[in-house]
Amino acid sequence: MAVVEALVPPRSNSRRVVRRVLRNPLAITGLAVLAIAVVLAVFANWLAPHDPTQTQLGNAFAPPGTAGHLLGTDDLGRDVLSRIMFGLRASLHVGILAVAFSLVIGVPLGLIAGYFRAIDALISRLTDLVLAFPFLILAVGLAAIRGASLGNAAIAIGIAQIPGMIRIVRSETLRLKSLDFVSAAIVEGAGDAWILGRHILPNAGSALIVQATVGIPAAILGEAVLSFLGLGIQPPAPSLGTMLSDAQQFASRAPWAAVMPGVAIMLLTLAFNIVGDSLRDALDPKASRR
Amino acid sequence: MRRYLLNRLWQSLVTLVLATIVVFVGVRALPGDPALALAGEERDPESLRAIRQQYGLDQSWLVQFWKFVSHAARGDLGESIRTGTPVRSMILSALPVTIELSVLAIVIASVIGVGAGVLAAVRRGGPAEWAANGLALLGLSVPHFWLGLMAILYLSVALGLFPASGFVPFFTNPVANLHHLILPAVILGTGLAAVIMRQTRSSMLDALSADYIRTAEAKGLPPKAVIGKHALRNSLIVVVTIVGLQLGALISGAVVTERIFALPGFGKLTVDAVFQRDYPVIQAVVLVTATAYIVINLLVDLLYSVIDPRIRVRGEA
Repeated sequence: MAVVEALVPPRSNSRRVVRRVLRNPLAITGLAVLAIAVVLAVFANWLAPHDPTQTQLGNAFAPPGTAGHLLGTDDLGRDVLSRIMFGLRASLHVGILAVAFSLVIGVPLGLIAGYFRAIDALISRLTDLVLAFPFLILAVGLAAIRGASLGNAAIAIGIAQIPGMIRIVRSETLRLKSLDFVSAAIVEGAGDAWILGRHILPNAGSALIVQATVGIPAAILGEAVLSFLGLGIQPPAPSLGTMLSDAQQFASRAPWAAVMPGVAIMLLTLAFNIVGDSLRDALDPKASRR
Repeated sequence: MRRYLLNRLWQSLVTLVLATIVVFVGVRALPGDPALALAGEERDPESLRAIRQQYGLDQSWLVQFWKFVSHAARGDLGESIRTGTPVRSMILSALPVTIELSVLAIVIASVIGVGAGVLAAVRRGGPAEWAANGLALLGLSVPHFWLGLMAILYLSVALGLFPASGFVPFFTNPVANLHHLILPAVILGTGLAAVIMRQTRSSMLDALSADYIRTAEAKGLPPKAVIGKHALRNSLIVVVTIVGLQLGALISGAVVTERIFALPGFGKLTVDAVFQRDYPVIQAVVLVTATAYIVINLLVDLLYSVIDPRIRVRGEA
């Protein structure tokens, strides 16, 4: 194997990673699930069979398979399938927003902490402080101060993810800084900003991508918890978390309304985690030997 | 060792002071005038002024902060705006429930996680590894509160195996106490078990390929003794580390689990206080949570240095 690889002309790292991920059937399944979820969420307006907020009291608690309601209806006669599609949209929205927020704040701080030793202690201490606050308490506080909404839920979850992001970028920066090509750039007289932006950040990219693919499902679960507690997306807007919290009241009468949104969340986060895992394995030269 | 200890203690103290300030300012940044909330129906200026005076809200923040800290240090956390009950007694009655729930969850998660992790590493490539890996992925992906709902729906309501909600104190009836807590503890422990399993598996794989294991095998130790002795010490470090790292997640998880199973614990107290805008309770609850987190983290670090001698040495250097 090693001999064959040595004979093949070297190709770029990212193409090799993509090839490795695509050789893994589990990863392809995960990617397929994600693609379906994204299509359902983005085109929910056209794909959903019903308006997710339209109530039909005469048609409440229709079991799955009822004509026109593939997954049944809830206590107000709303179509469960349509609500799940729009709920997926909200989940993905919060997941991406939260991770984007943690990237925007975490990456520069991580670069600075890893590169400038003088500021490292301060940033690391602040990171510890944020870590010292359980995420839920933080989110509860933010909801109390700024009101419960999708955006505020995303910010709370994003803040909770910043320390992890800082640590990843910081350790990557520390590792890359000691490598020869960075020393060479320093000798050539490159400025700090140039080295960070041109040499360190691009090479830390793969670690960041893995962290983001792990961060999105964590954020989706976080949104579900917040909405379940009434601190996230506000009714009547559909969210998988609020659907579960509503369904709790009538779970023994209409179990499908409690089962389906949970299955949707699980499939979504499972797909993200599988893709994240296979990405990490593909990027880690040690893992491939195992 | 002593210097490491002192250094670590000092760090904890600084974090605690910072956390106290954040809590104090955070609660005062909440919208709405607490005096208005306290007054209820009687909103004439006269009674508002009386209330501000009674609760010291007319004094400067600095004076209020000093009062808050000095009272808190003596264990006086004020009274609930809603019920007038001392916050301290509310916390003291809620805390044991949450502590018992969390400890049970950690024990269950450690047993399952370490067992599955060792099995997956030893039986590499076999169905046991596949099953353990699959379960770990599921454990990381499933929303725990949903799992709790499903457990109530199918195990408690349909099959009647466990009580769906409520709590019995341990000293009133230990059997009923465990019967009420075992299901919530398993639910709370699933995520933790998954993380412990993955970490145990990878550190076992590293250990199994290490030179000292090969030496142990070469000198004729039976495989069971090799795995047992070295796996145990390694997994102890893994469990302690992960419990330290996952503590915040565990506290958050406990809040949700308590809400689903209607356990009268700390989490329920927190959520109720936020919805009722019960400021003294919110303030106290966050302060206690932060203190607990900092103290447990300190303990984890100290325990860590006892198990893993390398850290002690590095701390001294």
